[in-house]
Amino acid sequence: MDVGKDLLLQMYRGMQRIRQFETRIRDLFLANELPGFVHLSIGEEASAVGVCSALRDTDRITSTHRGHSHLIAKGGTLRRMMAELYGKRTGYCKGKGGSMHIVDFSLGILGANGIVGGGLPIAAGSALAAVVTGRDDVTACFFGDGASNEGTFHESLNLAAVWKLPVVFVCENNLYGEFTPMQDVTSVKDIAVRAKAYGIPGEIVDGNNVLEVYNHTTRAVARARAGEGPTLLECKTYRWEGHVAGEQAFIGAGSYRTEAEIAEWKTRCPILHFEKMVVEGKKISRAELDRIVQETQAELEEAVSFARSSPLPDPSEVTDDVYA
Amino acid sequence: MALTTFTLAINQAIAEEMERDPLTFLMGEDVVLGPFGATKGLLQKFGPVRVRNTPISEAGFVGAAVGAAMAGTRPICEVEFASFFYCAFDQVCNQAAKLRYMSGGQAHMPITFRALFGALGGAAAQHSETVYAQFLSVPGLKLVVPSGPADMKGLLKSAIRDDNPVIVFEHGALGRLKEEIPAGDYLVPLGKAAIKRPGKDVTIVAIGAMVSKSLKAAEKLAAEGIDVEIVDPRTLVPLDEDAILSSVEKTNRVVVVDEGHWRGGAAADIAAIIAEKGFDFLDAPIRRVTALDVPIPFSPPLEKAAIPDEAKIIATVRQVMGR
Repeated sequence: MDVGKDLLLQMYRGMQRIRQFETRIRDLFLANELPGFVHLSIGEEASAVGVCSALRDTDRITSTHRGHSHLIAKGGTLRRMMAELYGKRTGYCKGKGGSMHIVDFSLGILGANGIVGGGLPIAAGSALAAVVTGRDDVTACFFGDGASNEGTFHESLNLAAVWKLPVVFVCENNLYGEFTPMQDVTSVKDIAVRAKAYGIPGEIVDGNNVLEVYNHTTRAVARARAGEGPTLLECKTYRWEGHVAGEQAFIGAGSYRTEAEIAEWKTRCPILHFEKMVVEGKKISRAELDRIVQETQAELEEAVSFARSSPLPDPSEVTDDVYA
Repeated sequence: MALTTFTLAINQAIAEEMERDPLTFLMGEDVVLGPFGATKGLLQKFGPVRVRNTPISEAGFVGAAVGAAMAGTRPICEVEFASFFYCAFDQVCNQAAKLRYMSGGQAHMPITFRALFGALGGAAAQHSETVYAQFLSVPGLKLVVPSGPADMKGLLKSAIRDDNPVIVFEHGALGRLKEEIPAGDYLVPLGKAAIKRPGKDVTIVAIGAMVSKSLKAAEKLAAEGIDVEIVDPRTLVPLDEDAILSSVEKTNRVVVVDEGHWRGGAAADIAAIIAEKGFDFLDAPIRRVTALDVPIPFSPPLEKAAIPDEAKIIATVRQVMGR
């Protein structure tokens, strides 16, 4: 599939925004500036950006506890995300949700979700809403290898298959569910083969190659929009950071995966891979890429300042928004 | 005016609301056939896009109702028996109930869940439980427990129009109960109790199917010179505390009757509210008549022993009257 320069630039900006946001979040969290805990997507930028680049504005996504990348890729505003992570009233959820629960309905982001597998039936339902209202919007559903062992994965794939719902299930297989290797707790090597049980296409994708993700998603979205039903994409990828930022403090370093494994996956960095491809292929100059890096740095600095200077919620807001 | 059954009232409410709002649709296990009659004929009226049989897959389709609501529709989602909610607890309690709040008010969650509950006569514990107490301490949900056909219709129509997740609990033993239903677009607001029988000596707060049992008990007690007032909260969330407290202020005595369990049930909750806010009104301790703290058994004499009946209500009212 031919991808024009504008889209390539947009993909690069998306991956840079995620990488820089997540790196900064890690540092702010370790400096005790952020309450709660955060799950980072460093190393998984290509799957989020590749999928969301194949969607249009009215399409929707559901996300996970490791969801910053998906929200940014779908157009989330860094300053409102950052403010939410600080627990400020200017955040996306007025400080009620935090890292795992950021939502922006205006961008079709139905939300991150703190429950593993929680987003799968919601995505099926979002796709059902498109059918009921006669629209051709598609829903992309992000989840991890861990969620593919949840009942909701199996129930949602079956439901989406029997009703031919316009949904693309995107499994980001980063090889670990919390601190447990995926192969220890999963009956199959490739999650994609589970599609066969529900009579839908299942495809294995190099999740660190944004163009490959984009191409697979584009085909899956076209099928969904045409009323041909769901697809399961398995993006093979890896999280460079731990399950939660700062986990070394309580589990110790190297306790469930080796430094060699992490180093090996870093050689497959989705951003470096992309830079090499577009510069060597003379599609984008190094200077153009550098400008995006700098613009993103400036955007991020502004987001941090905004979050830091924003007011905390007033305690009187605690009872707001329980009911409509 | 013709009499309408509880089950037909459900059917009428759904049909009228689906007629009124094209964003509503019906999904659930066997809603096409409607084996108990509540959804019979709706497929013929509204077609297969808006009337959908789901797989027996509660987490999947309850979760799908959540997603469909967030994406702009108004699902009416039937979970055949309320005990099946346990298979979809995450979707109801973690998702439907919380996402509006957690998203700072962005998520819209206009879902109406319907489910049968209560002792039906030999259905045993997994099809006979009164499960609304399990949802009472989950802020974000509204809980409706109609006691008769007219309330059923009016409350269900209000539930469907409500912008929150509402669970309507339909007692399985009330299906054939008949009553006149006011004509026209009959709505009963959520959060407004009904005085089902005025009286001056003692208040019975009765929930769901316990209203008709309490009415019968009250007739017998009247013969003994005890004048019972019966308050039906109709919705447990929101709860019409004022109606309950006003009645207790008048009678100074109260018995709470519920088919849920004694520990942690709706009766315990209402009794605590009365104790906290109406202690000065009371001339006798608050008493509860509830199911025993056992799973509801199968065999008829055991089932009868486990749940409230007229005799237990009468005995308890006599106690609070000091007789």
